[in-house]
Amino acid sequence: MFNLGDILDLPLIWYALIATAIFLYVLLDGFDLGIGILFPFAPSDKCRDRMMSSIAPFWDGNETWLVLGGGGLFAAFPLAYAILMPAFYMPVIIMLLGLILRGVSFEFRFKAQGRAKRLWDYTFHFGSLIATFAQGAVLGGFVQGVAVSGRGYAGGSLDWLSAFSVMTGLALVCGYALIGATWLIMKTEDVTQAWARKCAGYLFGYVAFFMALVSVSMPLMNAAIKSLWFSLPNFFYLMVMPLACVVLFIVLWRDLHRGHEYRPFLVTIGVFLMNYIGLGVSMWPWLVPFQVSFRKAAAAPESQSLLIVGTAVLLPIVLGYTAYSYYIFRGKSSHEAHY
Amino acid sequence: MIDQLDPVLLARVQFAFTVSFHILFPAFTIGLASWLAVVEWRWLKTGNVLYQEIYRQWVKVFAVTFGMGVVSGVVLSYQFGTNWSVFADRVGNVLGPLLGYEVLTAFFLEASFLGIMLFGTGRVGPKMHFAATVIVALGTLISAFWILSANSWMQTPQGYRIGAEGLFYPTSWIEIIFNPSFPYRLFHMTVAAYLTTAFVVAGMGGYYLLRQKFVPHARIIFGMGMLMAVFVAPLQLLLGDMHGLNTLAHQPAKVAAMEGLWETERGAPLKLFGLPDQAAEATKYAIEIPNLSSLILTHKWNGEVKGLKAWPPDERPPVAPVFWSFRVMVGLGMLMILTGVFAAVLHWRKRLFDTRWFQWWCLAMTPSGFIALLAGWFVTEIGRQPYLVHGVLRAAEAASPVNANQVGLSLIAFVAVYLLVFSAGVYYIARLVANGPQPAAEPVYGDHGLEKPAIIAKGKHSKRKRTPGGQHV
Ligand code: HDD
Ligand code: HEM
Ligand code: HEM
Repeated sequence: MFNLGDILDLPLIWYALIATAIFLYVLLDGFDLGIGILFPFAPSDKCRDRMMSSIAPFWDGNETWLVLGGGGLFAAFPLAYAILMPAFYMPVIIMLLGLILRGVSFEFRFKAQGRAKRLWDYTFHFGSLIATFAQGAVLGGFVQGVAVSGRGYAGGSLDWLSAFSVMTGLALVCGYALIGATWLIMKTEDVTQAWARKCAGYLFGYVAFFMALVSVSMPLMNAAIKSLWFSLPNFFYLMVMPLACVVLFIVLWRDLHRGHEYRPFLVTIGVFLMNYIGLGVSMWPWLVPFQVSFRKAAAAPESQSLLIVGTAVLLPIVLGYTAYSYYIFRGKSSHEAHY
Repeated sequence: MIDQLDPVLLARVQFAFTVSFHILFPAFTIGLASWLAVVEWRWLKTGNVLYQEIYRQWVKVFAVTFGMGVVSGVVLSYQFGTNWSVFADRVGNVLGPLLGYEVLTAFFLEASFLGIMLFGTGRVGPKMHFAATVIVALGTLISAFWILSANSWMQTPQGYRIGAEGLFYPTSWIEIIFNPSFPYRLFHMTVAAYLTTAFVVAGMGGYYLLRQKFVPHARIIFGMGMLMAVFVAPLQLLLGDMHGLNTLAHQPAKVAAMEGLWETERGAPLKLFGLPDQAAEATKYAIEIPNLSSLILTHKWNGEVKGLKAWPPDERPPVAPVFWSFRVMVGLGMLMILTGVFAAVLHWRKRLFDTRWFQWWCLAMTPSGFIALLAGWFVTEIGRQPYLVHGVLRAAEAASPVNANQVGLSLIAFVAVYLLVFSAGVYYIARLVANGPQPAAEPVYGDHGLEKPAIIAKGKHSKRKRTPGGQHV
């Protein structure tokens, strides 16, 4: 049995890898789901066709990052997986149901006409909306902390539900809608683009509002997070992130009004990244917040070793052909997706 | 009301429902992907437009099936945690990496190249398009490799030790991945997927021939399906027999349940039919063929076969479902072989494409693969009860600490959503089949719909060459 645990800090590497997978999921499926959220508000059916064909070749690959996040957690930190999934039983199942409705709408909508097409428009929208809200609620529940006894979840079925988790749910809906709108600015032209620009303008305000709200409530909810952020040398280092966020927001605002096509999307990614890092700093080193650290949840070093070898080889390849596929489908998309 | 039910039972029903739903789609996509690769290869090789039109019709069916396979699969990968969290915690060290490899080696591959396969026409050259089809087909097989390895390990576990708090630790990856039942299960299942697809395709070919529609295409797909029935269906019997012998060596109680055998006997008879009665510990009204069971299982006329009474009652699987599922699977397998025999005879008499009763027969056999495949999984999975990891971890110990209400409500939600999705999927597939293959000059299937010139289209506009997806470039 080979074991790389002596030469590598496997739990740390895996923590970083899973965090990266989840972040990539949030970005990539984020814009798919965001387009679903904006879907019924588009000015015309032609716009909707454009919106859909701009993501049709990618959504499946994007969703696979969620499978890697979940599967990776199971493989590298089975204890965390075994505690978190029952704790978030309801929102996870709701998310899965939403993703089912969203996913099949692609195939069905391309083949439907008239009233049936309307039906799949709405399953696409509500599937995306429900899945996003549920993901945001899981995030909120995670930040609140999870009751544990022994090696299992010890809380009730509705522990995750609170004003805070509803707020994070709504925040994520706005966040995904923003990244979806900026994706559309990049991938479409004319009417659709102009409409997406307007959406992004509105969403900009909502996202800023929710970000401020979440940032204020987290230290209020949890003393440890408060002392982490507001004790003295830390404060100056950590302030880099909120400040960077403010700068990115200003850039985004100007870009939206000056007709930049690519930059809004990239800047939005930057905003997501700053928030994600901020969250990571607050939650460090917990994998099951305030109960189980990532070291304690780690799988046997033999198990982490086996998978790290494959990951080191395969992940770059995966990233390579993912990039290739985005390259093939580069440029503006049209409504004429014959399916 | 729901909270009075047993949460473990509900979790089992939920898992059985969602996984049975899921496997219907992989069974079809595994076969269809490989078949589409063959069809596209024929088209590139011969330039025969018929192959191109067949490809373009069935790739749409593939897209619908694949989409449903993906969304139902994502559910499963989270269900290990939501419903079987103790299982996830205890065996995570062993099974986690296998599932992780499945994601890295198969799921990303399938998902990314599927985009190119469906929408890439006109943006990549014909060779690259063909490569994408082959890669997707390979991806489905790689995926089957890992997930069946994981499942087989639960049937015939080895290469592990049990440490503190009942956690499983790996001691040899080779022993874990290549556990004793894995090769048999991998081949039996892959062939099952191929047969399932072959009978669907042949059934639809038979339907076109009956209606005298799309006859040139129908002859091709009907003929290809019959080739599978002639050569591959008998192979499945052989593989199944070997699989059964392997099971006898490692899970004899499962085999006793398949045979409905209660007493340990020499020269055990083969029960064709009967009513297994768990409480009375007997199989009633059995129609038997003397000594045949011993002959098949031990390859000796008077070989000894263990009966279920050799195990204490709480270690016996539920006999009736295993017994019946096994007969359904083998019965359908025999009908498939019979189909192959008919096809061979008709071909020899040069009547393969104009025998009406045989076309009806093939149409009736369309769902046979799905039914046999589900029946086979029921044998395997129910025959493993009461264990989850055979001999070591019982299903009852492995469930999540969630209450019956949650499991029951989510079960109802899954049933409702799956029924909607499934009916819509079947409806759209039926419509694609009814519309038949479309002439290649129609608007392109799978154009990503980009208005800027495609990479390969640049500068080649004058040539008007046809590519496998059917676009004039
Ligand atoms: C023998 C084959 C086989 C079996 C027994 C299973 N699957 Fe499956 N699965 C596939 C063969 C497959 C596939 C052919 O690779 C699919 C079908 C359609 C598809 O998109 O890929 C797939 C899709 C698929 C996906 C979506 C992949 C994506 O995002 O692209 C997940 C997460 C799973 N499966 C997980 C599971 C789990 C947890 C199973 C066991 C309980 C399982 N599958 C049984
Ligand atoms: C894809 C085809 C499969 C089918 C149709 C299938 C079918 C079933 C059925 C009917 C049950 C319920 C048995 C009972 O409770 O009486 C079950 C249980 C289960 N199966 Fe499978 N199975 C399949 C593949 C797999 C795979 C690949 C795995 C794991 C890698 C797996 C893991 C489980 C688990 C964890 C349970 C729940 C515990 C239990 O009730 O035994 N199954 N499956
Ligand atoms: C023709 C005679 C056949 C025989 C003798 C046979 C034998 C078997 C046996 C003994 C098992 C149980 C193995 C175990 O659980 O340990 C099994 C499982 C299974 N069978 Fe068959 N089988 C036959 C035909 C078929 C056909 C036609 C299909 C589908 C098209 C099929 C699909 C399956 C599947 C999917 C499983 C579960 C997965 C596995 O354990 O391999 N079988 N078969």
